[in-house]
Amino acid sequence: MDARGKPLLRVRDLRVSYGAASVVKGVNFTLQRGETAAIAGESGSGKTQTVLAVLKLLPRQAVTTGSALFEDTELLALPRNRFDALLGRRIAMVFQEPMSSLDPLFTVGAQIGAILHLKAGLSRRAAVARAKELLDLAGIAEPGRRVHSYPHELSGGQRQRVAIAMAIACNPDLLIADEPTTALDVTVAARILELLAKLKQSFGMAMIFISHDLGLVRRFADRVHVMREGEIVEAGSAAEVAANPRHEYTRMLLAAIPRAQEHTRTETPVLLRAQNIGVRYSLRGGWLSAAREIRAVDGVSLCLGQGRTLGLVGESGSGKSTLARAILKLVPASGMINFDGRDLTRLDRAAMRPLRRSMQLVFQDPYGSLSPSMRVGVIVTEGLRVHEPAISGKERDARAALALEEVLLDPGLRHRFPQELSGGQRQRVAIARAMILKPRLVVLDEPTSALDRAVQIGILALLEDLQEAHGLTYVFISHDLAVIRAVADEIAVMKDGRIIEQGAAHEIVLRPREPYTRALIAAAFQTGET
Amino acid sequence: MIESAPAVHLSPRDWPMRASLATLGLIALLCLIGPLVSGHLYDQVYRDYVLVSPSLFAHPDARETREALDAIARRMRVRVEASRQDGEVLHLTFGADRRIDPRALRAFERSDVFGPARVVETSDEGRRLSFDVPFKRTVFLFGTDANGRDLFTRTLIAGRISLAVGLLASFVTLTIGVAYGAVAGYAGGRIDALMMRIVEIVYALPFIFFVIVLVMVFGRHFVLIFIAIGAVEWLDMARIVRGQTLSIKHRYFVAAAEALGASAPAILWRHVIPNAAGPIAAFLAVLVPRVILLESFVSFLGLGVQEPLTSWGVLVADGARNIQGSIHLLIFPALFLGATLGAMQSLGNAWQGSPGTGRH
Repeated sequence: MDARGKPLLRVRDLRVSYGAASVVKGVNFTLQRGETAAIAGESGSGKTQTVLAVLKLLPRQAVTTGSALFEDTELLALPRNRFDALLGRRIAMVFQEPMSSLDPLFTVGAQIGAILHLKAGLSRRAAVARAKELLDLAGIAEPGRRVHSYPHELSGGQRQRVAIAMAIACNPDLLIADEPTTALDVTVAARILELLAKLKQSFGMAMIFISHDLGLVRRFADRVHVMREGEIVEAGSAAEVAANPRHEYTRMLLAAIPRAQEHTRTETPVLLRAQNIGVRYSLRGGWLSAAREIRAVDGVSLCLGQGRTLGLVGESGSGKSTLARAILKLVPASGMINFDGRDLTRLDRAAMRPLRRSMQLVFQDPYGSLSPSMRVGVIVTEGLRVHEPAISGKERDARAALALEEVLLDPGLRHRFPQELSGGQRQRVAIARAMILKPRLVVLDEPTSALDRAVQIGILALLEDLQEAHGLTYVFISHDLAVIRAVADEIAVMKDGRIIEQGAAHEIVLRPREPYTRALIAAAFQTGET
Repeated sequence: MIESAPAVHLSPRDWPMRASLATLGLIALLCLIGPLVSGHLYDQVYRDYVLVSPSLFAHPDARETREALDAIARRMRVRVEASRQDGEVLHLTFGADRRIDPRALRAFERSDVFGPARVVETSDEGRRLSFDVPFKRTVFLFGTDANGRDLFTRTLIAGRISLAVGLLASFVTLTIGVAYGAVAGYAGGRIDALMMRIVEIVYALPFIFFVIVLVMVFGRHFVLIFIAIGAVEWLDMARIVRGQTLSIKHRYFVAAAEALGASAPAILWRHVIPNAAGPIAAFLAVLVPRVILLESFVSFLGLGVQEPLTSWGVLVADGARNIQGSIHLLIFPALFLGATLGAMQSLGNAWQGSPGTGRH
């Protein structure tokens, strides 16, 4: 090892621009050997662009200037072939989305083996043997069998472990992890972070950890660089930044979601009652395997009072979204649903239509839930076309403007296409679309998960206001217990299609009974706040 | 979160769109109006002007005049004793060993080079005949074909046919294919499987066999081309639209519309089809040229457009056969065909890239 004081990576005045738009504006940082640096910031802050520029992975139209010194080598001036020799062997990267960073056509063993064969010069047989060791190091059970698995046979967490195994295959000096846990469930993410910390110790790697979640990285990193709009606005040791944030933006990132006022309303009349809801999917069997049945939702019962919020928490695949759609009768389900005194069980699609206006749905992904070929005004008023076909186009337009004002958007936006809006604006449009019909029950399926923290807080406040103003009843679905705790009166914890724990929000958070709930709470509140 | 690079909109300037629209408009206008003002009929045969080269100047030139004159003299069995051109009038004197019948001068009228002859003087007991003939001036902008027909008029008339076939057959394809594909894709399950098996069965029919059967049953008719081509091409369109629909119907905005209570036709019309517009436009841009080419193939086999009516495909095939002698027969129709196809292609591209068509 080199003498202390000589940095492993030194980035000086790094700038990236696309045409006239500059996305990284003079970034400086240094990374010592064995050190973990975190780059934190919201989406669009330029943190990923910074590391991609250092790794020369940016698209061709990007113009990079400045200097990135890796030991004594200037990376930005290095010719392609010499740089490729460095990449993978001395510098490795782990991406956010493990599914898309693995090739679906090759087994896990073959992909790790290929790196060992090409970069470390191992023979093919030795490479496979080493791949097994690496999988074992990455904490994958039964590495001998998993070596022969294809990526689609693995869970999200396992895939990310494989990606990490690939990254550490050649014993790199520098590991760059770009939001390695964001796509994963909180409990899985916690274990991946433990793994990374352990590997960093045993391999003596330096690490750059990119994340939007400052609360997460500060437990994990030695130094923290907070980025905003292409500049580092605050840098320092993790403890210092966390304890004593100087920049307003850092403080905002560290801030927890404000607790909504305690709903101490008295018992309200029951709006929604669901009993023994079950949703099954049958998978058609192959040539040799019999047909299988998957129970996405299995015997769930709920009861929700008027004007209250039920928080439905669980990890991906726990059946919470399916349950929400079953309640709205968007997927066929067994069991009994009673909405506002009416039994919905036997209503068919046509008979449901008049009821749709009082039960609405807002989706997680504000990018996918708005049709890209329709203008915002048309999107918002679609419900009016269905339920009030008599009103004129002019009046619809006026109603669209009103609806946008209600969600605090400029009514002028109704002539734009959704792809011209930001994520937060789009989610407000999606909310306006649901609210224009004056519904009584709104199912919010992860309405804030795809958004940055500051935007999340704005959306949650808006939902709160709308609930106050119209006496709405919410079913609020999230994997993030911190968000759920901020909005819900009652919490139901779902796992494997069942509700395993249910009760008043503060009860659940303070006195969880199930170990699974405890794990969720630990993950949510360790990463989210102090 | 992977931050996508800031959207660098190399904004699809709309000049390619405008240019191709202008080209198409110009060609369509030419095809509509051109034959009315060209001064020729598309089936009019000029026996004296076979395979004339394209030119801006009016025919006949000196050589053509002499040849035509010689031909008439030979037929009348007379000698040309004197010929003097005076502006637009030719002063001629014919001599023969026997008496010349002035009625035989009608041959001038019937030729494509001269007007009616006017006898000035008869001498030598009718064995010498002096007369004046005016020239008949004609312009062949694109020249003439092997039968002596004006290529300009024929190209434009062919354009009418080709554009009509291209547009109508594509329209038939578009309506049937999009409706069928969208319904199959959106309905899914057994209905989808059944509808797509039907498509495959029709797909298995050989196209030419199908055309021949149609012609045998209904006789030769222009409209049959639309039906035959439309009946085959919609299959591809249906498959493309079905595929698009399958992916679009799982997008959240469709689920949102379902949650709003929108009916299935409304979802198809407002959400599915507009978002499939990009691939549909791209396919149409390929389809129109393909239909035009298919039509020329059918016509080549003698099952489509019949002479003297023509289409670009037929003209190009004709020109290709005469490529050594008179290349203009190939160049002009090919130019029109190429310009049309190119303009449609770039129109398809431009439309695909514009906002509001599902691609961004």
